[in-house]
Amino acid sequence: MIDTTTQRPTRTIRATVNGAPVELVIEPRDLLLHVLRDRLGLYGVKSSCDVQVCGACTVLVDGAPVSSCTTLALEIDGKRVETIEGMATGNDLHPIQQAFVDKAAIQCGFCTPGMVLTTKALLTDIPRPTRAEIEAYLGGNLCRCTGYWNILDAVEDAAERMAGEGAR
Amino acid sequence: MIGVFDIARPGSVAEASALLREHGPDAAIYAGGTELLILLKDRLLEPSLLVDIKHIPGLDAISLDPCGCLLRIGALATHREIERSETVRAALPELAATEANVANIRVRHAGTIGGNLSFAEPHSDPATLLIALGATIALESDAGRREVPAEDFFTGFLSTAREPEELLTEVLVPTVEPGTTVIYERFKIHERPSASLGLVMDIEGGKIGTARLVVGCIGERPVRMIRAEAMLAGQAPSPDLFATAAALVREETDPTVDAFESGDYKRQLAATLTLRALERATGSGATGGAR
Repeated sequence: MIDTTTQRPTRTIRATVNGAPVELVIEPRDLLLHVLRDRLGLYGVKSSCDVQVCGACTVLVDGAPVSSCTTLALEIDGKRVETIEGMATGNDLHPIQQAFVDKAAIQCGFCTPGMVLTTKALLTDIPRPTRAEIEAYLGGNLCRCTGYWNILDAVEDAAERMAGEGAR
Repeated sequence: MIGVFDIARPGSVAEASALLREHGPDAAIYAGGTELLILLKDRLLEPSLLVDIKHIPGLDAISLDPCGCLLRIGALATHREIERSETVRAALPELAATEANVANIRVRHAGTIGGNLSFAEPHSDPATLLIALGATIALESDAGRREVPAEDFFTGFLSTAREPEELLTEVLVPTVEPGTTVIYERFKIHERPSASLGLVMDIEGGKIGTARLVVGCIGERPVRMIRAEAMLAGQAPSPDLFATAAALVREETDPTVDAFESGDYKRQLAATLTLRALERATGSGATGGAR
């Protein structure tokens, strides 16, 4: 598995990204963040701190929140990846997204994809989290605009909506 | 961008060890990648081969020996798995609670206990508590297995007793008798804790039996406070005793100075955490604080 032009090692990975099967030839050194943005055009995946502190690049791999900036793309082989682009159904926002809109939990929006995906993982784990559980789970997602209050409200609101309609 | 490397996925410890031996400094062990990938991105390390040990069967097992006295945590167990393990929660709840507060949810999902300890970043949460608990680190290569006490495993900043061809395979943690208190305290306002403290202490008949007291994060590696431990042994708990212990810790610590905290400030944090831990262990004074 050496590219004949570049003489670099390569691998073929197969994954499901936002519900669609994807097959890609990548280098072992390729980061998930770059593959999602540059190869698949998923620009909702944001690059910010680059050291797994801020949460802007969060995606879900088999349901678990992952920093795509510090994950090798190789690691999604055989797995299911969800980005913010996969959350809405047509024009219908996911209840978590709608809660973020309704609670004004977004200002510049840069942290929002990571916040929403982390919230999805939280609510899968703990459908009706306490405020303290929300704070602990989202503690690794930084927002420089909102002061967090509206985000915490939005997560509580999303939990209520999803409990009402059955998780999707 | 990360420099070019290839990746190998050995199926056994012996196979991984042989690869490490063959490639020497050109190889790096890769598991969760939470520390390694940052070094690769910054080109502080440019290995030509990553030895991905995640596919070695059995290295993520968590179990309690039939005696109930020894917890075995496989090197590939993630912080999240340890935090959620019913075995760990029942045997050593403070260890589970400590793991639940490591970094953030993404790091806890990816990061392994073996990687955390092998990297020997001085701000490791579990390292400090594991030394206080008297844990042992198992190292294995194609030449065999040896066990090193956790307090001897960390030899300096980002340095351990692990040989290049060895894998950290297991952490062996003795459980505690009823009446023995296990406490982890930390002070954290940045991404990594500024100071941490592990305390394992038993009290019988109104007197302290033995105390193991470890200060982490403030120096090059977590260190046992031998003088404070010796002073506490056999004494009846009292505010004066605890103040003396805290003063000894302040003297005994050897803080490094960095961009965030001065040495004096770190000494003060270590002394304060000592007081908090001793008060918590004896149910006296105000407990808790920033964790």
